[in-house]
Amino acid sequence: MITKFQVAYKNLLRKKVRSLLTLIGIALSAWVLVSLLGFNHGYETALNKDIDNMGFQMMIMAKGCPYEAATMMLKGGTGLRYMKQSILETIEKEPEVEKTTPILMQAVFDPNKGESGGIAAYLGVEPKSFSEMKTFFKFRQGGWFTDENAYEAVMGYEAAELEQREIGDMILMPEKNIQFEVVGILDRTGTQDDGTIFVPLKTLQKIFNRTDELTSVGIKVRKDADSNRLEQKLYTLPDVQVVSLAQVKQTIMRLISTAKIMVLSIAFIAILIAMVGVINTILMSVHERFQEIGILKTIGAMPWDIFKLIWIETLILCATGGILGIILALILSKVTDMVIRSVLPYSPTGGLVLIDLKLVLITLAAILCIGLLSGLYPAWKAGRIRPLEAIRGEVGR
Amino acid sequence: MSQHVVSLEAINLIKVYLRGSEEIPAVNDISLLINKGDFISIIGPSGSGKTTLINLLGCLDNPTSGELFLGGRLIFNNTRRLSENELTKIRRETFGYIFQNFYLIPTLTVLENVMLPLTFYRKADSENQGIKLLKLLGMEHRKSHLPSQISGGEMQRVAIARAMVNMPEILLADEPTGNLDTKRSAEIVQALKDLNRSAGLTIIMVTHNRDLAGQATRMLEMKDGRIYEIDGRNRFDSHHRITRTPGASPSESQDK
Repeated sequence: MITKFQVAYKNLLRKKVRSLLTLIGIALSAWVLVSLLGFNHGYETALNKDIDNMGFQMMIMAKGCPYEAATMMLKGGTGLRYMKQSILETIEKEPEVEKTTPILMQAVFDPNKGESGGIAAYLGVEPKSFSEMKTFFKFRQGGWFTDENAYEAVMGYEAAELEQREIGDMILMPEKNIQFEVVGILDRTGTQDDGTIFVPLKTLQKIFNRTDELTSVGIKVRKDADSNRLEQKLYTLPDVQVVSLAQVKQTIMRLISTAKIMVLSIAFIAILIAMVGVINTILMSVHERFQEIGILKTIGAMPWDIFKLIWIETLILCATGGILGIILALILSKVTDMVIRSVLPYSPTGGLVLIDLKLVLITLAAILCIGLLSGLYPAWKAGRIRPLEAIRGEVGR
Repeated sequence: MSQHVVSLEAINLIKVYLRGSEEIPAVNDISLLINKGDFISIIGPSGSGKTTLINLLGCLDNPTSGELFLGGRLIFNNTRRLSENELTKIRRETFGYIFQNFYLIPTLTVLENVMLPLTFYRKADSENQGIKLLKLLGMEHRKSHLPSQISGGEMQRVAIARAMVNMPEILLADEPTGNLDTKRSAEIVQALKDLNRSAGLTIIMVTHNRDLAGQATRMLEMKDGRIYEIDGRNRFDSHHRITRTPGASPSESQDK
């Protein structure tokens, strides 16, 4: 028994180069599609992970622009505003709050950083309350400060690598010309903490004349507590704003939404091009086989049979191309990751392109639907070929 | 009895083509009675309407006017026309076709080509049926070859096997030897003759080769859209037009 599938499959092998080129077109568009969908999915997952790694779910800051606040949390920033340290007590009264940690951030311009200088972020923290939040911190060398008024520093992994410091070395705070002794170097955390220099809160307050002032308070919310209610309550405090991490996430997602729309448009265009390619290939193939199809109808094929035959050809092309494209995407996901990372304003650490089974199935289904759609017109056209016209063609020769 | 059962009956068939505003009667009022088991050859010059006639008889086309009966069953008359799908159904149940250019599917093997019609018209055990036919036509040893690997004569044998695979009552052959040399042509006509004799298959063959046409049991000649019977062999001077009493039903005219 010979099936329609065999007939269709063998016909595709007739023009190998043409079928192959069409196949490559489909594979490439499937690749783009699955990679970009994987990016959409992966970026959010990676961002969530980054935010979890901050160690606290909420931050209190002096009133200012929320975008600035978000930037400050993640990159270190300027235009800082301050609040009184006494706010800690007020916050800790709330039943939903498990722990708090006071933070003073200061940024100084370091003319020796990079080629034309850069901002060095100093974070004044209380070792005890801060490390309780950042339970994932591990020291590569040394440990926390010995005294809360000491001129000692703990460096993030990247900061230490950049400055090439070991414990026992001294670092100079630019602008203020004050030296700190490095007492600890952190392991890589994969967060913005890697690039930060931590110093005792009180020391930093003293250097910058900010006694009893904070830039932010990290809050760890009790498990099972209603963080939305806490957020509402904290908003009633004067001159502060609450940055919940959900908000930060939204802000970042908004920042990259333009990029997302762009990549989705590219995916859409890639698919359109592949679709036109498929229609063209199948139409040409139908046109070339005009007489052959006429003869098939002479020997008993109904229009629906011919329609199916041509449709199966389209499906074979799209299914094979789709699967190839997905395999390509899986193999090259690291490369895609790098390319995307290089064009995005902010990229979380961890894999940006996350392709899971669900995504693969969705892409495959999408490609097959597109294949079915592309096959409609050529198949319909082939089904309408009249046997007599084919035979007349023969007579004309 | 079987000699005289009507297979196909055409009454006043007319097919007019339009060339610009000019009407060309390709088939001009032809009435024809074909019995079961006949091997009919139709000869005539190019443009005499042979192919148009065989297409009408083979339900590949609707006539401009006239009636066609298939084993007593009305296929079309002046008020009843068949759709493309209805014609296809009749074709695959009744007819087998072979053509000058064979039209084998180049990507399929000989055996697959033979089995192809059954893909559309499912019957059990198509492989055995295909091999049986290839054996009958002496082509079994070529069953796994592609059409490009066999000769023209062999291709036409495969085409005959394909035409036979749905066990048709009538085989229509339009210039089956047009692309073959004399020796292969004779072989193909011999194969058709064998099928006609052994299986009682009705065959209608269009050709312009008078020698080959002479192999048939009945010979017709077309000229300008009209048909003439040639009595005896190669007596071109004594042909006459086939006429038939209009209005008689096909069952009355079973004995001729």
